[in-house]
Amino acid sequence: MSDSRLDVRKTYKLLINGAFPRSESGRSYEVASAGGEFVANMAQGSRKDLRDAVAAARVAQVKWWGSSAYNRGQVIYRLAEMAEARRAELAEHVALAEGLSIKKAERSVARAIDRVVWYAGWTDKIAQVYGGANPVAGPFFNFSLPIPSGVVGIIASQESSLEGFVDAALAPIAAGNAVIVVASERRPIPGVLLGEMSATSDFPAGVLNVVTGITSELAPTLASHEDVDGIDLSGVTGDAANDLNAAAASSIKRVFRPRDGDGADSTRRLRAFIETSTVWHTIGQ
Amino acid sequence: MTEKIPANSRLGSLEYDPAPESASIARLKSSYGLFIDGSFSDPSQHEQFVTLNPANEEVLATVAQASNADVDHAVQAARRAYETVWSKTTGAERSKYLFRIARLIQERARELAVVETLDNGKPIRESRDIDIPLAAAHFFYYAGWADKLGHAGFGANPRPIGVAGQIIPWNFPLLMAAWKLAPALAAGNTCVLKPAETTPLSALLLAEILQQAELPPGVVNIVTGDGSTGAALVEHAGVDKIAFTGSTAVGRLIQQRVASSQKRLTLELGGKGANIVFEDAPIDEMIEGVIDGIFFNQGHVCCAGSRLLVQESVADEVLRRLVRRVEQLRVGDPMDKNTDVGAINSAAQLARIQELTAFGEGEGATRYTSSCELPDKGYWFAPTVFADVSQSHRIAREEIFGPVLSVLTFRTPEEAVAKANNSSYGLACGVWSEKGSRTLWVAQRLRAGVIWANTYNRFDPTSPFGGVRESGFGREGGRHGLEAYLDV
Repeated sequence: MSDSRLDVRKTYKLLINGAFPRSESGRSYEVASAGGEFVANMAQGSRKDLRDAVAAARVAQVKWWGSSAYNRGQVIYRLAEMAEARRAELAEHVALAEGLSIKKAERSVARAIDRVVWYAGWTDKIAQVYGGANPVAGPFFNFSLPIPSGVVGIIASQESSLEGFVDAALAPIAAGNAVIVVASERRPIPGVLLGEMSATSDFPAGVLNVVTGITSELAPTLASHEDVDGIDLSGVTGDAANDLNAAAASSIKRVFRPRDGDGADSTRRLRAFIETSTVWHTIGQ
Repeated sequence: MTEKIPANSRLGSLEYDPAPESASIARLKSSYGLFIDGSFSDPSQHEQFVTLNPANEEVLATVAQASNADVDHAVQAARRAYETVWSKTTGAERSKYLFRIARLIQERARELAVVETLDNGKPIRESRDIDIPLAAAHFFYYAGWADKLGHAGFGANPRPIGVAGQIIPWNFPLLMAAWKLAPALAAGNTCVLKPAETTPLSALLLAEILQQAELPPGVVNIVTGDGSTGAALVEHAGVDKIAFTGSTAVGRLIQQRVASSQKRLTLELGGKGANIVFEDAPIDEMIEGVIDGIFFNQGHVCCAGSRLLVQESVADEVLRRLVRRVEQLRVGDPMDKNTDVGAINSAAQLARIQELTAFGEGEGATRYTSSCELPDKGYWFAPTVFADVSQSHRIAREEIFGPVLSVLTFRTPEEAVAKANNSSYGLACGVWSEKGSRTLWVAQRLRAGVIWANTYNRFDPTSPFGGVRESGFGREGGRHGLEAYLDV
């Protein structure tokens, strides 16, 4: 192969219902590296793309939650396997997007993959840690089980292109939800790559949907969508976050907002999109 | 169309003699001030409003309308108490205060039950056997958590949130106060509680109990008033957490109002509970359970089983037996110990029930209403069952919050689940079947916070309660109920 060979570049696309469409709008926007150099034309997702993703997620969530916790753990672990094999590519793009040295980017990728593994291990622990039997005063067997909220919209971190994406997306998925992630507007590629890897990890189509585009255009659609059960506002701050929070009230959505001191071992994201369902059953002969 | 129930189906030979509880046990004062910083304010300082006995429209007492300034004083008192006293009180000491309160409620149980029935209109049998004992049990349960929070599953040393603003409804006045106060205090918060406009009295009696328990001043403050008092509490910058129980419409408004603040929020809102009856259900227990599921507390229950889903093969028999049982319900004086269904809590609520039931007839459902005689004075609505209801009818979609049951049918378990979940609410459901595997199959698929199998409307302080979707978020009761009041 001669040195003058022209590389084959990739067109980055959305991930909706297991397929990789360009935006139905046909629009795109330029993404540059932290240093300001052109990297790619990203698909500029539209409200319609989001609505399609929500519809896909609603169907996928039933299938995802219907599979065993053991199986969900293996699927998430498989995502870690896929990511591990493509560490170099992820690191290159984390470095480009966040302006990190390749060494620092590699460490970030390693932490992100380890986080995926952490969530893989959670799927069959959540019911035991957050559920339980309740000793009611009467002839009843009473137990509480955590169930997923359903469909969760995520405005991923604008800064942390991969680690932020992983934490926001995998916590609700591990708990049995299906998600629509709006990737970082200026740093979308690492999240898009993770989406590509998910497509070879045995996730049912629609469990993880990734939409790139202009956050201020996409976020209000997710926050006000009546068939979205919860929203993670990690990637928005200030008045924009407050407005989205208010829009979420229209259908009483669960809202996650990051707080100072959310450490690596925090289970707050895991708890954000689970509900407690309590069953009373009579005891008798 | 309206069908008359044949008169001969009444149990004419089984009339009961009156068995009235004594209203004088209530020992009510003529007027009440606000409970702020450990003492009652002089009622004459405030604008006042009356609280009525909904069973006869007589005035029970006048109560203070807390202004924005009053709410501000209450929040400041709660803040002072949090910073100077309560956050320095050990869990073991907080625990003993809560045990004291539980015991005092038990000691004054009869008085509290009478006050609750007078102010709310619910049958004395229910306030005596359910509301008041459960309120005491909630304090007793959370008392034990106060010095064990590190074992609750939220880390080794979970911190309280701070000052909690708590707004409660009129359907279970004292019990809702207990559901709010007990976990908040156990977790180490201080509280400003706003009772419902039409049922403030038992909370004011509770304030006296808090004085008897020598709870430090300001740890609990109770501000009576209408919606404007609640709004002032929601918007007060000194409040760290809002806990609200009430309608979804008001809950939505509160979620919007706190959206641009850092306030924590839990909401326990409306419901349209599906009670699913399979053909193999134990019929006698099921009929009693379905009746209790909708007519308990006049149907003023957010988790009421207001949509009955009956398997087609048994629908005719179930409807026939339900209608007969409805005819046997004793409706009337809430103070009579034999009364099953008491008064509607307010004129406004009665109007709402009348409006929605009129829609039921207009949209073509078949109405069966008890032929019971209703008292001349007070707010009353005869127990009613609608058959031939379809999913698009308003009486199948909207919360009526009254003694009105809508009956729909299904053929397969899949259809039952689909119909049960066809609601923007998700608070509670019932499943009636002798087949355990099917019951659990259905329970797994229902989108609801509480599922009762072969029973309905059971409550216990150890059992988490709360909804999914537009029935709200957060849980009350059990270990889960602590999370709403911890900074975790």
